[in-house]
Amino acid sequence: MDLKVRVWRGKERGAFSTYEVRREESQTVLDVVVHIQRHLEPSLSYRYACRVGMCGSCAMTVNGVARWTCRTHVSKVVTGNALEIAPLPNFPVIKDLVTDMRDFFDKWARAKGQFKGTTTRHDDFARVEPTSKERRAASAGIECIGCGICHASCDVVTWRPNFLGPAALNRAWTLVNDVRDTQQGERLRAVAGDAGCHACHTQGSCTERCPKQLTPTAAIAGLKRLTAKAAVRGEL
Amino acid sequence: MTTVATQAKLWYAMRISSMVLAVCVLVHIITVIYAVRGGLSAAEILGRTHGSWLFAAFYGVFVVACAVHVPIGLAAIASEWLGLRERTALVAAQIVGVAILLMGLRAVYGVVAG
Repeated sequence: MDLKVRVWRGKERGAFSTYEVRREESQTVLDVVVHIQRHLEPSLSYRYACRVGMCGSCAMTVNGVARWTCRTHVSKVVTGNALEIAPLPNFPVIKDLVTDMRDFFDKWARAKGQFKGTTTRHDDFARVEPTSKERRAASAGIECIGCGICHASCDVVTWRPNFLGPAALNRAWTLVNDVRDTQQGERLRAVAGDAGCHACHTQGSCTERCPKQLTPTAAIAGLKRLTAKAAVRGEL
Repeated sequence: MTTVATQAKLWYAMRISSMVLAVCVLVHIITVIYAVRGGLSAAEILGRTHGSWLFAAFYGVFVVACAVHVPIGLAAIASEWLGLRERTALVAAQIVGVAILLMGLRAVYGVVAG
């Protein structure tokens, strides 16, 4: 039985167009979108690059849930023979399935997501104990591929557009636990408050949907504890 | 605009008060279930609570924890769901907080000393 695929066409305003696509074995949602663009609708816009779950560029809303389409098999998400593919929520739509990621990554910068150390290439490597609490906390979050699925799944981002969001806060948490970084005080100030970690309601949608099985919820909880203690001590 | 330090402190106050509330709610519910298992009239309840400073202290703490916890959460809901500005939401929530405090303490006074 062929798939009936509804695909969003347009910008913020637009409509779904329906296409029929043949079912294949081990078919991914990205395979479906590629087929539609190459054979049925050449003007369809969408993003992908690596096809193997590394680049984070192919995230879309599939049957109402934000997912990475390259690693999502049709068989796992199809309802009967129906697929609905839309752009990620909480992102402005540029065209069809392509969203504007600028504000998303600007938030990483606002959350002091940049590493700043003291050493140069001429210095020896820093020695960080692999089993230390900080190193393990950083390791738990550094595999983020920046796909935006957590940001799209977060209700607080919907309610508070200036909320930094789970990805930026997860990035900040990995750097808070980087013993070489020198911007710790500024970072805590950047991530505290109602536009930062304290707005999170711990609903856990980010953790539930992260395709890399990271736990931004735990990262945000860590930031809440550190920043609240700093505030009480008058250090924020 | 409140500063991020104030927002962080408010979150901390909410967290601490939630810990207090977790204990208070448990004690409250267990006490209610235990006390009414054989049926209990209003007069019998008042007979036990009247003059009990332990009761007054426990429910006094319960009311204060509510008065701290509820307004902070309501302010967040008001700004996120109703779109109120931060300042307006905080003032509205503080009014609710004061009302909870006054009505709660009045109720505690009523069953202990009234």
